[in-house]
Amino acid sequence: MAQIRIENLRKSFDQFTAVEGSTFTIDDGTFFAMLGPSGCGKTTTLRMIAGLELPTEGKILLDGEDVTFHRAAARDIAFVFQLFALYPHMNVGENIGFPLKCQGMARREIRERVQETARMLRIEHLLSSKTSKLSGGDRQRVALGRAMVRRPKAFLMDEPLGALDAEFRHLMCGELRDLHDRIKATTVYVTHDQLEAMSMADQIAVMNKGRVEQIGTPQEVYDRPASMFVADFIGSPPMNFLRFEGGLRSGDRAVSFHETRLAVPEIREDRARAPLALGVRPEHIRFADAGAVRGEVFGAEYLGTTQIVTVDTAYGRVAARLPSSASVRIGETIGLEFNAERLALFDVGSGLAIRTASEEGPRHG
Amino acid sequence: MTAAATRSTAHSIVEASPRTKAFAGGLVILYAVITILPLLWIVATAFKSQSDAIAYPPKVIFEPTLEGYVNLFTVRTRQTPDFIAKLPPPETWYDQLVRKRDMVIAGPSKVVPRFVNSLIIGFGSTFLAVFLGTLAAYAFSRFRIPLADDLLFFILSTRMMPPVAVAIPIYLMYRQLNLTDTRLGMILLYTAVNVSLAVWLLKGFIDEIPREYEEAALVDGYTRLQALRKVVLPQAVTGIAATAIFCLIFSWNEYAFAVLLTSGEAQTMPPFIPFIIGEGGQDWPAVAAATTLFVVPIVMFTVLLRKHLLRGITFGAVRK
Repeated sequence: MAQIRIENLRKSFDQFTAVEGSTFTIDDGTFFAMLGPSGCGKTTTLRMIAGLELPTEGKILLDGEDVTFHRAAARDIAFVFQLFALYPHMNVGENIGFPLKCQGMARREIRERVQETARMLRIEHLLSSKTSKLSGGDRQRVALGRAMVRRPKAFLMDEPLGALDAEFRHLMCGELRDLHDRIKATTVYVTHDQLEAMSMADQIAVMNKGRVEQIGTPQEVYDRPASMFVADFIGSPPMNFLRFEGGLRSGDRAVSFHETRLAVPEIREDRARAPLALGVRPEHIRFADAGAVRGEVFGAEYLGTTQIVTVDTAYGRVAARLPSSASVRIGETIGLEFNAERLALFDVGSGLAIRTASEEGPRHG
Repeated sequence: MTAAATRSTAHSIVEASPRTKAFAGGLVILYAVITILPLLWIVATAFKSQSDAIAYPPKVIFEPTLEGYVNLFTVRTRQTPDFIAKLPPPETWYDQLVRKRDMVIAGPSKVVPRFVNSLIIGFGSTFLAVFLGTLAAYAFSRFRIPLADDLLFFILSTRMMPPVAVAIPIYLMYRQLNLTDTRLGMILLYTAVNVSLAVWLLKGFIDEIPREYEEAALVDGYTRLQALRKVVLPQAVTGIAATAIFCLIFSWNEYAFAVLLTSGEAQTMPPFIPFIIGEGGQDWPAVAAATTLFVVPIVMFTVLLRKHLLRGITFGAVRK
């Protein structure tokens, strides 16, 4: 098992820059998710770690060793593809044993290792089946088996659950995490699905337009987003942004939001007057007659335990998560009250979070 | 529900009705008969005597003879009956057959060397074209090649005029290079013509193979060439077979260049067959025998690869 370090990694194709100078370290044994919309460079980064693409600039270190220009085969890393990439002309056992065959291992030893791997994944009964006969989940297990059998330094997974239907995906999420807890392998997991990343990862790197916007635990990324992009990308519905203009002084515990004052976590930096945004998660909004921000209920979406109520205010449409027992009438004018301790402030120009007591030290990528 | 109603609801737009199926089957059989008939006629003519072959109305029932094949494989001289009577008795059945027509066998004809030329040139150029085509197609399919689209268009553009249009420059060039009437010259020429077809056909097939397969193999320990040989090629076998058949059909049947560039040593079957007509009257049975022989290898090759070919031609039409 290994630590993976990425230094100033950059990759451009002709005019287009896919990955822009990211630097981060993935600690030994970490389940590390790279999360972002399609085209954000997460897959390209993963392929560079695997050795399937060569970086334009920068370094990749595996356990301190510079492997930037090593052949994929020389890195001792396993890759799990979204489309499984099981060889159609081999059966399950042959597929799992293939990496060992590539290394020229003795046939008996291959058989033992394949058996052992299959036992771990509970697919022993499938070893002589054709891969085309398998269900999506079993195919993914075989693909995982092929990755595990070699006991590589790290696993790289490119949206491995993307081709499964929702039910299987949930099941495999659990299995993957369970497997990770058992073998403790460094895993880099690429996905555009925030639920997968949040539920499985120890660390999440949120990427956008080739840059890593934030790296942190799922809680950090959700509670203290480093940028408006992260705040918007994570969470469903995403964080609400209420725009206003104002200056900030370190030590303030309130901001002038249009005509009123709103309590916020203690501000830790000075800012000249500029367009700002107040970030508030839907679950941190309450309806209260005394609320400073007033609006008209636009619609309600019933979700079982909670409901999402959208309210048109003078500063834009706001989504609030309320208990489903709360009675809401469409068209009704109500006041909104925010949980002051959980508010975030952003500089609209740069999109970055402003340091406050709750935002203390978000890591910018 | 009445029987009539059941029948009408059972009609499906996906499944053809029995009557439609019978009609389609009939059409296919009719088409097969129309295409196979000339071939059968050739095969039959090869077993006719010279007079039966040109009889009018044509004879469907006739007395079979191997004269056509004997004439094809031998060179004969006409002799007086007295001379033939003085000869020792014929040693073989074909000696006997020839003497009945007042002729003796002077030696073997050139059909065997010509046939061997066709085999070497046809299969040699097919192998080379498919080999080079596979490598080029793989490269175009998988790597970022500067000006790839222009190069592909350039390769395609070599097929935009009939190859014969450049016959004279090629003839002059070959004369300079001493490649006229050599097997190597013909192999190179047919390879050059076929390789563009091979690149385009195979690129289509290789594009359809997800690159994850070979990337998985690369990560698992194969080199690029090993991955190509052991992972990509087994999956591209359909396309390779289809391409090989198309290439072989072209180089096997090619006539114009063969006439222009070969006369002896490297002559292939297509320019050789017309020569047979000239040797001792219009010997249609011998021509038919030569044609039958000429068709056999390509039929065998196609039948051997037909499983792949069928899938190859319809490839891409249906999602796997």
